[in-house]
Amino acid sequence: MKRSQRLRWQVAAIATVAALGVAACSSSSSSTTTSTTSSTAPLTASAPGITPTTITIGSHQPLTGPAAPGYSEIAPASNAYFQYVNANGGIYGRKIIYKYLNDAYDPTTTASVVRQLVLQDNVYAIFNGLGTPTHLAVVSFLNSEKVPDVFVASGCDCWDNPTTYPETFGFQLDYIREGKILGQYVAQNFKGKKIAYFYQDDEFGMDGVKGLNYEIPASQVVAQESYVTTNVNIAPQVAALRASGAQVVVAFSIPAFTALLKLYSLKLGFNPQLVVSDVGEDPITLSGLLEAFAKQSGATVNGNALINGIISDGYLPALSTSDPWYNLFVKIHNQYDAKEPLDGNFFYGMAAAYTFVEAMFKAGRNPTRADLVSAINGGLPQGPFVAPLAYSPTDHDGATGAYIGIIQNGVLVQKGPVEITDTTATGAVTPYTGSEQTPSANGIPSS
Amino acid sequence: MVEFLQFTLSGIVFGMVYAAIALSLVLIWRGTRLLNFAQGGMAMFTTYVAIEVIYKTQSYWAGFVIALAAGLVLGAACELAVVRPTTGKPELNAVIVTIGLLILIEGLAGIFFGGVYRSFPPAFSITGLRVGGTPLGVSRFDVFVAAAVLVTTLLLAVVFRYTSAGLRMRAAAFNATIARLSGIRVARVLTVGWALAGLLGALAGVLVSPSTFLYPNSMDAIFVYGFTAAVIGGLDSPAGAVVGGLLLGLALSYAGGYVGGSIGADLTSLVALGILVVVLMLRPDGLFAGARMRRV
Amino acid sequence: MRTFPRRLAVAVIVAAIVVFLSIKLNSFRDYQIAEIAFEVTAIAGLTVLTGLSGQISLGNGAFMAVGGYATALLLLHLAWPFYAALVVAAAVTAAAGAVVGVAAARLRGPYLAGATLMLAVALPAIAYAWPATFGGDQGLSITFTTPAFLGVNFPPTRWLAWVASLVALIVLVLLANLSQSRIGRNWRAVRDDEVAAALDGINVAASRILAFVVSATCAGVAGALLAIVTTLVAPGAFTITVSIALVTAAVIGGLGSLAGALWGSLVIVLVPTYVTDVATNHGLSSSVGANIPIAAYGAVLILVMLVFPEGIQGGLRRLLSLFTGPTGPDQKSRTWRVAPPAHVTPSTDEAPAGQHEKEGTS
Repeated sequence: MKRSQRLRWQVAAIATVAALGVAACSSSSSSTTTSTTSSTAPLTASAPGITPTTITIGSHQPLTGPAAPGYSEIAPASNAYFQYVNANGGIYGRKIIYKYLNDAYDPTTTASVVRQLVLQDNVYAIFNGLGTPTHLAVVSFLNSEKVPDVFVASGCDCWDNPTTYPETFGFQLDYIREGKILGQYVAQNFKGKKIAYFYQDDEFGMDGVKGLNYEIPASQVVAQESYVTTNVNIAPQVAALRASGAQVVVAFSIPAFTALLKLYSLKLGFNPQLVVSDVGEDPITLSGLLEAFAKQSGATVNGNALINGIISDGYLPALSTSDPWYNLFVKIHNQYDAKEPLDGNFFYGMAAAYTFVEAMFKAGRNPTRADLVSAINGGLPQGPFVAPLAYSPTDHDGATGAYIGIIQNGVLVQKGPVEITDTTATGAVTPYTGSEQTPSANGIPSS
Repeated sequence: MVEFLQFTLSGIVFGMVYAAIALSLVLIWRGTRLLNFAQGGMAMFTTYVAIEVIYKTQSYWAGFVIALAAGLVLGAACELAVVRPTTGKPELNAVIVTIGLLILIEGLAGIFFGGVYRSFPPAFSITGLRVGGTPLGVSRFDVFVAAAVLVTTLLLAVVFRYTSAGLRMRAAAFNATIARLSGIRVARVLTVGWALAGLLGALAGVLVSPSTFLYPNSMDAIFVYGFTAAVIGGLDSPAGAVVGGLLLGLALSYAGGYVGGSIGADLTSLVALGILVVVLMLRPDGLFAGARMRRV
Repeated sequence: MRTFPRRLAVAVIVAAIVVFLSIKLNSFRDYQIAEIAFEVTAIAGLTVLTGLSGQISLGNGAFMAVGGYATALLLLHLAWPFYAALVVAAAVTAAAGAVVGVAAARLRGPYLAGATLMLAVALPAIAYAWPATFGGDQGLSITFTTPAFLGVNFPPTRWLAWVASLVALIVLVLLANLSQSRIGRNWRAVRDDEVAAALDGINVAASRILAFVVSATCAGVAGALLAIVTTLVAPGAFTITVSIALVTAAVIGGLGSLAGALWGSLVIVLVPTYVTDVATNHGLSSSVGANIPIAAYGAVLILVMLVFPEGIQGGLRRLLSLFTGPTGPDQKSRTWRVAPPAHVTPSTDEAPAGQHEKEGTS
């Protein structure tokens, strides 16, 4: 364009940006607490992020970027549960506002958005922060600021550290426990067979292998192959697994790589028994990934056929209409979150939100931040979990056990009792003799 | 020995995909002297278009053809709308514009098509072919991948060499001023070049997406290796692009197969860096570069 | 800015402004000041490399990783004070820059871009290969505490803002000195015409390698600051996206100009946050809402490049010239002139004549 024309564009552009900048600055989100109290119920602004009518919590989630597919569904599912609770009386009448910000799985961005949430938006707590390297970037900051850091969405064992990180609580079954539970099943049911590991080259895979090695005799393990999420060509690893003669492959892999393992095994005519971590076995996600291949490989109509027979574990109930928690969450999903798929991620997000609501009710009518921490330290009912939650002043682990299941017709079918264990090398894996809980009539934990 | 064969064949298959991306980058470079960082993103977007068509019509080939057509259109559109205004400006401006285009396309893909993994169908069966009882490590679909890229490359070579349209494109790349003086509409030729590059990218996307699953960032890693292959072969040489792609694919396959397992870490990117460094130390303009000319 | 005292004066004024802002604004803004400080350090080094010396590098994120990991290792294992660790990290990264500069000395244009791109992709993989030393995927966590003399109520983010800004200003003053010196003039000469520069007695290779070393050192210092500001160095923080963002910021701000580096760092720190706020406030569905800022950022990049071909600094200068009138061949602004980087040396028998040949100076 001509110089004078472009100059006009430039002036217009600068003016627009300046105007937008002024507008942004003037509409900064700061939470002003009202000090008026109703005459009937003494709800006060008892902590940062709490007003007489609202509770504001924050999170960091990978909503875009390579880590987003699948995980980006978790926060909307949690938000759906919170909206359901809000519509049904809230928490002592307060509504939950859930601000989750995108960190694209980059720890530098995580550090920035969490500081925005805490220092500028004054959230009450950080809930369900997702990812191990990402959350590690903010855990010391949250603890030094004494912000409750509850139910981290990662199976790393590092969140169980009450002396150094008293504000931080784990949530899901950690990978070492999971390795031990899967390992015990493999050791008992595949005696004498050749076992191989296929694991992600980070703490998820390595902790899982650590747990497996506590239970599976070393003499049975014939191969250990790792992969990184940046390289989808796992043909060499699968060829090595096949060459080792493994009859059972235990996979600590995310769904995409579980699917790739299956595909490359098909290509090489390799057909071991697959045992997959709960992280990578969600039947809905897996059959979705494999559905385009089912027709080509000679299998019947949908991807379900390719995943039949996969062994896995579950610390939450299976996605089946025979489970009351599933039915409850589906009902809420259809009302508040209908566009997202009904898969393991949605269930996880709902379970996390449910657990948080349990904790908030226990924290009291006008909770401080310390009240939430002591509420969880006092132990929480297990809710949708199949085994008890370990929370105590000396233990910040969440789920402690899982059941073994086999995928049949697209659903994980439980085989045998729920097994509980700890994260040590010698701690036994024992059946859980208690019962599971069912949801209350309206699906909200009682206050 | 069987392993060697398996690694070789799977290396060739991935290598052909890198070659397709490399070839599209070379096409754009020869015509417009520009690095198109959005090439992978454009390929991803056309593959999304393909999968929507496949689900609506239940026909793989309809999706395949429409993806290629969409590639042509997208390539031409990007050139006209976004790249043309940067002519005559500093060279890096156009690169930043293509980076902006990449980010924009990935964002639009997330908005229109959602951020979940999509399963992309292969054209043919993925069960491995066997010789006797031993699996070769390739399937009929893999053979199709290699053949499709090869056929397209040869077709393009024929077009360039034996048709008058190809002659015009070569003339415009050789010397735009003289081409203009000869009556060639250089601007239109550049658009056609970008359109063909878009088609190659779309082809690469459709061929590799069964192995990567489709999501907005799925073509990022493929683009990096395609770009590396183009640099290895020499950005002015289409033959170099193909050779560079094959070389890279094979080397990465062997590295993953023979070395990776024993160390237990993924060395793919380090091996690629190593090859790149070695090639560029010996031939700073790529393997197939001609004699270096300096303007004085 | 022609003289050292004047540069120092400007730096002191900027430092005073930073201190004032850090007290007036809230803690999160202080953190953003610290972020802007380390981004501007990295971008300034890159803009000198690409704008003044004409070498494109898509791998400065890798040098940031080197500086960050070096700092983290020294802080964790040897308990050194930060300033000592900073100097060593800078030295280590300078050495790395020298190695890369030597390897890349003969590379031009897209070949240099390709090599540095692969460097950015491959270097973080080293963290996975030696997880015991480098912490693998989880990286290395460090703590950085405010010194005792400030008292216990001093906000940690304000101290971070001060430390990072001080280091950034020192780096910027040094870069300004360098670009005005004979070294800087040699860089420009080599960039504009290698053959003429060689005929003039300039050691082209040494000049180019030195530019790489300087740029890498700046990136290493930025990485050290990133380590203490974010308290974590992990491979996920040094992806190829970081390197590309640095180049983007350098060009958007105004290539070759240190003020341009500042505009660029403001863009990459402030723009994404702002756009996120707009999206979430309108209650859009999650995956659409999360991708709108991404798409908008891409569109903004394209528009800014088309409307301000010389970057923001160039655009501002034109705006100023509207008010002050045309100033003719301005000696003073020539040092900040955004000049086109070196075009590709033609390397085939055919004389390529694409649309992006170096045209006359702006």
